[in-house]
Amino acid sequence: MQYFVQQLINGLTLGSIYGLIAIGYTMVYGIIGMINFAHGDIFMIGAFTALIVFLILGALFYSVPVVIALLVMMIVAMLLTSLYNWTIEKVAYRPLRGSFRLAPLITAIGMSIALSNFVQVTQGPRNKPVPPMVSKVYNIEGISVSLKQIIIVLVTIVLLALFWYLVNKTSLGRAQRACEQDRKMAALLGIDVDRTISITFIMGAALAAVAGTLFLMYYGVVVFSDGFTPGVKAFTAAVLGGIGSLPGAVLGGLMIGFIESMWSAYFSIDYKDVAAFSILAIVLIFLPSGILGRPEVEKV
Amino acid sequence: MAVTASPERDIVATPMQRATREALYAGAIALGLFVLFIGLRTDQNISNELILVQRWGLLAIVVVLTMAGRFLYVAYGQPFLANQKIVDVATGLLPESMATRFFRLPYFIAAIVIVAVLAFLAGSLDGLLGPGLAGYARFLRALAIIYALASVMFYFRTFIHAHFSALGITALALYPVIVVLVLAVYGGSMAAGFQGSLKWVDNFGIQILIYVMLAWGLNIVVGLAGLLDLGYVAFYAVGAYAYALLGTQYGLSFWILLPAAGAMAAFWGVLLGFPVLRLRGDYLAIVTLAFGEIIRLVLINWREVTNGSAGISGIPKVTFFGLMTFNVSDPNYIAKVFDIATSSAYYKIFLYYLILGLCLLTAFVTIRLRRMPVGRAWEALREDEIACRSLGINTTTTKLTAFATGAMFGGFAGSFFAARQGFVSPESFIFLESAIILAIVVLGGMGSLVGIAVAAMVMIGGTEVLRELDFLKQVFGPDFTPELYRMLLFGMAMVIVMLWKPRGFVGSREPTAFLKESRAVSGSFTKEGHG
Repeated sequence: MQYFVQQLINGLTLGSIYGLIAIGYTMVYGIIGMINFAHGDIFMIGAFTALIVFLILGALFYSVPVVIALLVMMIVAMLLTSLYNWTIEKVAYRPLRGSFRLAPLITAIGMSIALSNFVQVTQGPRNKPVPPMVSKVYNIEGISVSLKQIIIVLVTIVLLALFWYLVNKTSLGRAQRACEQDRKMAALLGIDVDRTISITFIMGAALAAVAGTLFLMYYGVVVFSDGFTPGVKAFTAAVLGGIGSLPGAVLGGLMIGFIESMWSAYFSIDYKDVAAFSILAIVLIFLPSGILGRPEVEKV
Repeated sequence: MAVTASPERDIVATPMQRATREALYAGAIALGLFVLFIGLRTDQNISNELILVQRWGLLAIVVVLTMAGRFLYVAYGQPFLANQKIVDVATGLLPESMATRFFRLPYFIAAIVIVAVLAFLAGSLDGLLGPGLAGYARFLRALAIIYALASVMFYFRTFIHAHFSALGITALALYPVIVVLVLAVYGGSMAAGFQGSLKWVDNFGIQILIYVMLAWGLNIVVGLAGLLDLGYVAFYAVGAYAYALLGTQYGLSFWILLPAAGAMAAFWGVLLGFPVLRLRGDYLAIVTLAFGEIIRLVLINWREVTNGSAGISGIPKVTFFGLMTFNVSDPNYIAKVFDIATSSAYYKIFLYYLILGLCLLTAFVTIRLRRMPVGRAWEALREDEIACRSLGINTTTTKLTAFATGAMFGGFAGSFFAARQGFVSPESFIFLESAIILAIVVLGGMGSLVGIAVAAMVMIGGTEVLRELDFLKQVFGPDFTPELYRMLLFGMAMVIVMLWKPRGFVGSREPTAFLKESRAVSGSFTKEGHG
């Protein structure tokens, strides 16, 4: 039982990170109907920015309280990563809006390749380890919960609440939902569609940057190719939950996190990704539009 | 770095003011993007701790270059392009108004003279100019050769256009012969010709043709049937491992295993096809991606059979239909049979013709299948699945045959790849490969075989050329390795080509079936990938 709860906590931590990334996929998909393949690399850019900010803080000040360091890392990462995603949307996706469906997918894949190789060229191909920032571990009745895990889950909850408020209660969120339902009609009603889409990309990137910072804090190492695997997992999570659905993305992220940690704990760590992908395939056989996704209406 | 200003300010601003403003915006954005990534570099020091290295000079150069580029584009590039469009519309010379100015007889003669002089001096270039300038001279020579060839092609453009397929196949068939002969004349002996041809036949010829074949195979799934497949590399892996395992364990011949590998890949194609029959669009994309990853992860982790990440080596070479071999120690080694000098180039040239044959087989089958009911069903499925079903087409078998046929060609290419490398490992079958193949299909203009071949040549050949640009070391110092930038430039090229030609190189297509007369349909009237 203790072992199970332990794995549940590990899965929750992992799932939170996946959920944060998955929201970026699902929001972009919801609003312009494209798979933003570069999103995983946006996450990696976020993690790298956090790393560099961490090193700058270390070089400038003798000692910085961990909370402030993490906050600064997170905020700078959010700003810069948003700038990246905003620029990418302007340069690579906007000119192709209204073109056929695969065109932006190809530019997104191209951007993904370019981003990871850009970081490889400018920052070097090696692993970048950082000293542990938070190392406290609590022991509650034989279950060890590290402070890192608590921070990750708390930050995720706070961000999701903020995000939920933004999408459901503000005029910006209303504009986003309107664009999602019918872009042309929204434009007719005076919504600046371009701006709304840009903000969607910025929001997705900001969440991915937070996920990147948390990833760096949790694992203590980042490398230029780190965008791919978490990116694909988060994308899987978004599809599993029903792409386009925000609660679905979080649910899918948590599910992938749980599947992974449970499978590594009880079966084999080598095949954890195979398990996650296979469960995706099985779920989609029975629920072809994900768990919370709206079934696609076939128009003739 | 595209920043569009609000329209009312555009009217007031002169182009120069606008360009300056845009350049400032671009500079600010570039500064924001690059300040941490180019301005600072994370490096390990002796005690293995991360430290920051400052590179503000490089950052300044990059930002200034971005600003200059943006300024030139807005001030001169945009007006020029807009003007060009008007000229083209007025004269009806759509692609030619630029080209006729670019390709002129005097330029052509100048290029020939440059090539001739530099080729004549080839041996003594280093002595005359020093190694630095000689590098530039060789680059100039390469440019002049390309220009001369392009001019010739431009001059005969109508002829080439009319007989494109025949000319293309002839050129491909003669390519190794020409390379060997040219290099033999250049080097002074046949042996030198064969030795020098290795790089050209292997790195350029075989490498590009493998991708042409893969892209043509994927084209059946994506371009014809409209099913977005992001895990095509899985079938490539199945084919490669089928040959590698059966060839090393049971010593079976390539000629038996080639069809076997194709059949096995087709079987896996059907296996993948079954669960995804009900899925559409992006759900299909992620499941195929997941399938590709599953195959790769199993290849890594099933160590007892696949030897894990270490891969399988010592894969037997292809024999010349069992008559001759390419192993020096064998009694029927090709050089012994013909009594000629030993060289590894024979094998490469043989492989070149083998992959060329496989490519042509793929093209032939695709063209024939398109005229058969199943091919028409694929294209109908791509255009409208509901209409397809209401007309009584069995979408299940249609989708499954598309997956199986596409996968089969992937399997053929895979076993060829294993035979060529003599070594396979899961490293070769990452998602990036699927992405590259898909990019070639889309960049080529989906469904167009010629377009796809051109796209493969441009994208794969282009990245291979980067390996040859040693002269850049003279410019950027000896530490500069152009290969490092290969994939960065590849990714950027994907974006740029897509923005420039969103419908691919060959954007219009002839309908396969028509009622009275064949009319080319503009690509924008057809839709893809909704399966």
